[in-house]
Amino acid sequence: MSALLDVEDLRVSFPSRSGPVEAVRGVSFTLGRERLGIVGESGSGKSQTGRAILGLTPPPGRTEARRLTFDGKDLRHASAAEWRAIRGKRISMVMQDPKFSLNPVMTVGRQLMEAAARGTAARDARAQALAMLEAVQIREPERVFRAYPHELSGGMGQRAMIAMMLITEPDLLIADEPTSALDVTVQIEVLRILDRLVRERGMGLIFISHDLRLVSSFCDRVLVMYAGKVVEELRASELTKARHPYTQGLFNCLPRIEGDRRPLPVLERDADWAR
Amino acid sequence: MTELADQEGRRGALPPLFGRILRLAVQLAVTLFGLLFVTFLIGRVVPIDPVLAAVGDRASASTYHKVYIELGLDKPIWEQFLIYADHVLHGDLGKSVLTGRPVLDDIASVFPATLELSTFAILIGTCIGVPAGVWAAVRQGKLVDQLVRVLGLVGYSAPIFWLGLLGLLFFYADLGWVGGPGRIGIAYQFDVTRITGLMLVDTALEGQWDAFWNAFSHIVLPGSLLGYYSMAYISRMTRSFMLAELGQEYIITARVKGVSEWRIVWGHALRNAAVPLVTVIALSYGYLLQGAVLTETIFAWPGIGMYLTNSLGSADMNAVLGATLVIGATFVMLNLLADLLYTLLDPRVRRGQ
Repeated sequence: MSALLDVEDLRVSFPSRSGPVEAVRGVSFTLGRERLGIVGESGSGKSQTGRAILGLTPPPGRTEARRLTFDGKDLRHASAAEWRAIRGKRISMVMQDPKFSLNPVMTVGRQLMEAAARGTAARDARAQALAMLEAVQIREPERVFRAYPHELSGGMGQRAMIAMMLITEPDLLIADEPTSALDVTVQIEVLRILDRLVRERGMGLIFISHDLRLVSSFCDRVLVMYAGKVVEELRASELTKARHPYTQGLFNCLPRIEGDRRPLPVLERDADWAR
Repeated sequence: MTELADQEGRRGALPPLFGRILRLAVQLAVTLFGLLFVTFLIGRVVPIDPVLAAVGDRASASTYHKVYIELGLDKPIWEQFLIYADHVLHGDLGKSVLTGRPVLDDIASVFPATLELSTFAILIGTCIGVPAGVWAAVRQGKLVDQLVRVLGLVGYSAPIFWLGLLGLLFFYADLGWVGGPGRIGIAYQFDVTRITGLMLVDTALEGQWDAFWNAFSHIVLPGSLLGYYSMAYISRMTRSFMLAELGQEYIITARVKGVSEWRIVWGHALRNAAVPLVTVIALSYGYLLQGAVLTETIFAWPGIGMYLTNSLGSADMNAVLGATLVIGATFVMLNLLADLLYTLLDPRVRRGQ
């Protein structure tokens, strides 16, 4: 399997008064048309890794990499026009909270049509948008098409977001905590929809989450990040065999239904892991 | 079905709008009543004897008493207020001592001058201020941003009478590019038929293009000066609203979708920033409509600011109160208009509270 995405020594840094702060410090991985999970705590650099792949490191942040190729194309020196051709069409991203990631003064339909490939006639774009809304199991696509984001519940909003990001049938989808802003009951439904669409269309997926269990049930492979570095890479099925103490710690602090665990173990940290 | 958060919201897209207009109308009535009450109180509190103002200080005691009764000053204060309110509602603002004409007629002749100047100014302020602010926000920290900031700062801090005099000296006296003081040249003054009271509109309606261009040459300098002031404010506000919007998540969504930078800035961000901007522009306009006394004085512009100042100088209370009432009412109406625009621009407001 030829690699869809090849990342080597990815670094993202932000200037600060006391010199640059590195949020991502040398992340490397390759990805085929598979599902890769990235787990880590807040600030571990997992989201910045996802954004760097799309060239969306917020200014004044800087991205560097020894290699960053997508489908054989070097992304490190891509021009604005080249980026626009890649974003949306070939790589897209579902973000955390539809409350913030959808434009509040534009109807969902217009936002979907905007995502359709450039040059698509309005009528075709509309048809594509409605079909896509149906694909994410929205029962009344016409109504949602006309609705404004604030008129939708979180689950509906996130489905519309997924529809928007998949409308051009990209090769790679980055899902950055796509369900953590949703109610637990809705989470599973949205995940199932995402899972089915990714499987049907044979896309590559990078699933970013802090939820180790969710990631292990959803992905083929898992990268565990800590302080901007990948501390361990595992097959999802072999997560319990994790060797790194941080991964073990993440796993051990999950509560279980059977048996009372008191006190719940605290996540250990070691300055050595960050080196 | 539980996910369809608001069945009611969409079905009732129009009725809430009506409800909102109704609420605003009630609000308007209450505010105008309050305004009326305040102007009435001012009229009673100022140490100016309305009888003396009317009869002059050489009138006999009997004349004085007669007018005292005529003006209803012997009646209880609440009854006086009702009489005042009744008069105002019937369009009677009293007679001006200074001009000897009904105050309403006076205002009808001076207000269009201010309206024309203010509208000219706010159009310039908005058409230049908004794009300048957007540009500064997109190029935050770059040369353009600094330039807009400096221009804005000068706009804030340079006294308008100084800029006005310099402008007259330079563009009128030296270069002769613009018309001098007044609304229109003397040659045309008596040819213009009064339809709306707005020189540019009236001359255009009558097809008097010579007069139109002459009036234009007169308004262009004071209008641009006032426009520069509102531009300074509007561009600063636009910049900060735009910066706030450009940092939002939905902008990243648009980038991920591959939307062009131009569309992101003008279609997504500005469309959101427009909501608070409406208030800023409406307030600037309202501020201009109060009459720019200094500008009107320097440019001999017969507007409401000059009328109010002259009336104050000669203790012409009817004129002062009348002008205050009109200015206040204009401000209230503008606020109402801004509120309605809000409803059009922001779907979240449309549902009502």
